[in-house]
Amino acid sequence: MTTMQDLATPVQNTWCPGCGNFGILMAMKRAIVQLGLEREGVVTVTGIGCHGKLTNYIRVNSIHVIHGRVLPAASAIKLANRELTVVGFAGDGDAYNIGVGHLPHAVRRNHDITYVVHDNLIYGLTTGQTSPTTKSGQRTRSTPRGVFETAVNPIALALASGASFVSRGYAGDVPHLTELLKQAITFTGFALVDVLQPCVAWNQVNTYDFYKKRVYKLEDAGHDPTDLGAAYERAEEWEERIPIGVFYRRERAVYRENFPFLEGEPLSRRGLGETDISELMKEFA
Amino acid sequence: MIVEDGGVSFLVGGEAGQGITRSGSLLGKALMRGGYHVFGANDYPSVIRGSHNFYVLRASDEEVHSQADTIDLLLALNKETVLLHERELSEGGGIVHDEGVEFSKGELRRDDVNRYPVPLKGIVDEVGGTPIMMNTVALGAAVGLVGFDIGILKEVISDTFAGRAAIIESNNRVAEMGHDYIRQHYGEGLPHRLKPTSGRAKRIMPTGNDAVALGAVKAGCRFYAAYPMTPASPVLHYLAAHDLENEMVVIQTESEISAINMAVGASFAGLRAMTATSGGGFSLMAEALGLAAMTENPVVVMLGQRPGPSTGMATYTAQADLLFAVHASQGEFPRVVVAPGDVGECFHLTMEAFNLAERYQVPAIILADKHLLESHKSTEPFEDRAGIDRGELLEIEEWTGPGEYERFKITESGVSPRILLGTRGATVLANSNEHDEYGYTTIDFEAVVAMGDKRFRKMEGLRREVEGMEPMRVYGDEDAEATLVGWGSTKGPALEALKLLRRDGISSRFVQVVYLEPFPSGAVSEALRNTGRPVLLEANRTAQLGKLIRLNTGYIFEKVALKHDGRPFNPGEICERVKEAIQ
Repeated sequence: MTTMQDLATPVQNTWCPGCGNFGILMAMKRAIVQLGLEREGVVTVTGIGCHGKLTNYIRVNSIHVIHGRVLPAASAIKLANRELTVVGFAGDGDAYNIGVGHLPHAVRRNHDITYVVHDNLIYGLTTGQTSPTTKSGQRTRSTPRGVFETAVNPIALALASGASFVSRGYAGDVPHLTELLKQAITFTGFALVDVLQPCVAWNQVNTYDFYKKRVYKLEDAGHDPTDLGAAYERAEEWEERIPIGVFYRRERAVYRENFPFLEGEPLSRRGLGETDISELMKEFA
Repeated sequence: MIVEDGGVSFLVGGEAGQGITRSGSLLGKALMRGGYHVFGANDYPSVIRGSHNFYVLRASDEEVHSQADTIDLLLALNKETVLLHERELSEGGGIVHDEGVEFSKGELRRDDVNRYPVPLKGIVDEVGGTPIMMNTVALGAAVGLVGFDIGILKEVISDTFAGRAAIIESNNRVAEMGHDYIRQHYGEGLPHRLKPTSGRAKRIMPTGNDAVALGAVKAGCRFYAAYPMTPASPVLHYLAAHDLENEMVVIQTESEISAINMAVGASFAGLRAMTATSGGGFSLMAEALGLAAMTENPVVVMLGQRPGPSTGMATYTAQADLLFAVHASQGEFPRVVVAPGDVGECFHLTMEAFNLAERYQVPAIILADKHLLESHKSTEPFEDRAGIDRGELLEIEEWTGPGEYERFKITESGVSPRILLGTRGATVLANSNEHDEYGYTTIDFEAVVAMGDKRFRKMEGLRREVEGMEPMRVYGDEDAEATLVGWGSTKGPALEALKLLRRDGISSRFVQVVYLEPFPSGAVSEALRNTGRPVLLEANRTAQLGKLIRLNTGYIFEKVALKHDGRPFNPGEICERVKEAIQ
């Protein structure tokens, strides 16, 4: 059985004290332990930004990729070896700016992976520029006159793309986030977990206090996660109350099923052997 | 006058949508089955309908490496084709066109060629066929004019449309009618004849794209992700059509960025993975090329060049991405860049690229171009020479040590053994940040230098290995007055040019640089020393191979023959430019 100790690494953590990333890391470790997953069977894929250091802080298989490209790498890993539990971690810059083009397509294909977005509504590691989820009017180092654009709504974006599992967590509520991650990981299909993550260094608006006053749980509010219309309505909430939990879930066929040969022994474990191409060459004779 | 020397060159021309490439290659296949060697190349603008398209086909009893400078038989499916290509006809050459096409006085310039009007449309109408079948009538007429066996043409038509009985029947019928019409009206046939062959041959006639795709299948590629882009898309089409039987995951991605990052992910998980694109897509892939190198996940990328910059000429050919391929992506890292020169090399070097990529855990780039990738060439069926060598890949059930598994273990060769993801007892960490042996991010200067040194030690083994696998090939005369130096698809016309030069009493040879990275400096230096005047041959403006040779050997070319109009070199054109150079 994997223990919290098994998941520890010798690397010194360099996140700011109080960073929301700690809550996400803790919830992920707990989810692995509580689901009884073996370290060797889990793969994380991390993007660029503060969240990306997570590769160093949790002792499972991991590939730390380039900015915005978590989803292509994660989906290919799952296709190569369907027995692996594949969890992508990205920042809001990764997921909703530079890599946003991959989101609707990963959703469309419905790869059986989990996508956790550390959504702090700001650029942290590059020291305080606007992110696609920074609210309009907020002043940042790159928007001294306030953000001109309207913010991306990740939940609505995922719903509109046709995602099978759309959820939001809060880094300040680790027990709830742990349960959410467990649901997302065990869900068969593409699962988005957008996580509200206070950035203590660069975002003085969306703080722990800000969220504490607003966050409520969808499951406590009688939300029906099979109701797409209701999910859209909840996705629009922000100023007064901010919902967390599962907005929408609907299982459908996963991409892998289009390749029947992927069933059985994982493709990556089958060896290459000898391929006879004499039949294929007949087409050209 | 009967001309049998050098084979026969055909040109099938018409509008886009008239099935030009299909019918040209169909004739090629028939001639190949009849025992001839063939080479066929298409020329088409980036449109689906209308606009002029043509396919040139050369057939001979000797191996054919390239299209010829002249056309012996023009199969014109419209009038425009006659007007555009009449001047390319050889003396005594022929034109097949519909009998309904009329030419005004002075519209035709050549009086030394033969015209063979045939009721192309009339024959199709007689059997109630569709207009596209005019091309089949023309093929039948061509077979009649060069004295080839109509039975073999019909056999190829039957195979091409297998399963569609009505199409086979009507096409075979109009082919025969075209053939018979020629025999009845122009019984003497075309002065240009094919030498009789010793019988049927068991060759294949793939394009470069087909050969790369077959090489990938043979190499055990299990993951192919790509975004459509001319001229590389046919690899995607072919592999997608055969995904189930080859157990290969084939995905059309949302972008080239996605394609290569998927390939890196699949490779990390233990699959042989590949993508293919052209220059624009390769530009988008540049960043992930570095990711593959840094995380030491082998990937194979085929770059099919076309003229740039930017969109350029989407359906034409060029060799202007050489230095880009060799240098793309930030930072420094070992890589393989290999440039096949014909379909056989497309197959074998693709297999080599997979082996080298995995043995040295580096990105391997197959650098080709439109002319190579879309042209057909007859060749002996491919045989596996390289085998599959995955290098240091631990395909074990459980890691039992010694110690923890370290993905980037510092080794003497620089190669750190890979392990399949999911292996009990081993967690695998790959990191785009500079990292220590385990894979954790580091900025410690000793660790950073040690890891960089480790990566670059792989280059030493790679260089030695490439040196042992014919990274440069020399063809032609030992004591040569002229030495042509080139790479990639210029190989075909260069080899044909050697024949023409010899006929004109000039001894010459061709030095083909096959591996561009690691660069075979020693071999190239040696080949350029004590030889007839070197002439650099490239389809670009800035002599990129010349620059690479200078960078690696210090040698500076005094004579260069460059071409950058999007069209391939013709043998006679090379011949003339060599003559100028050695004067």
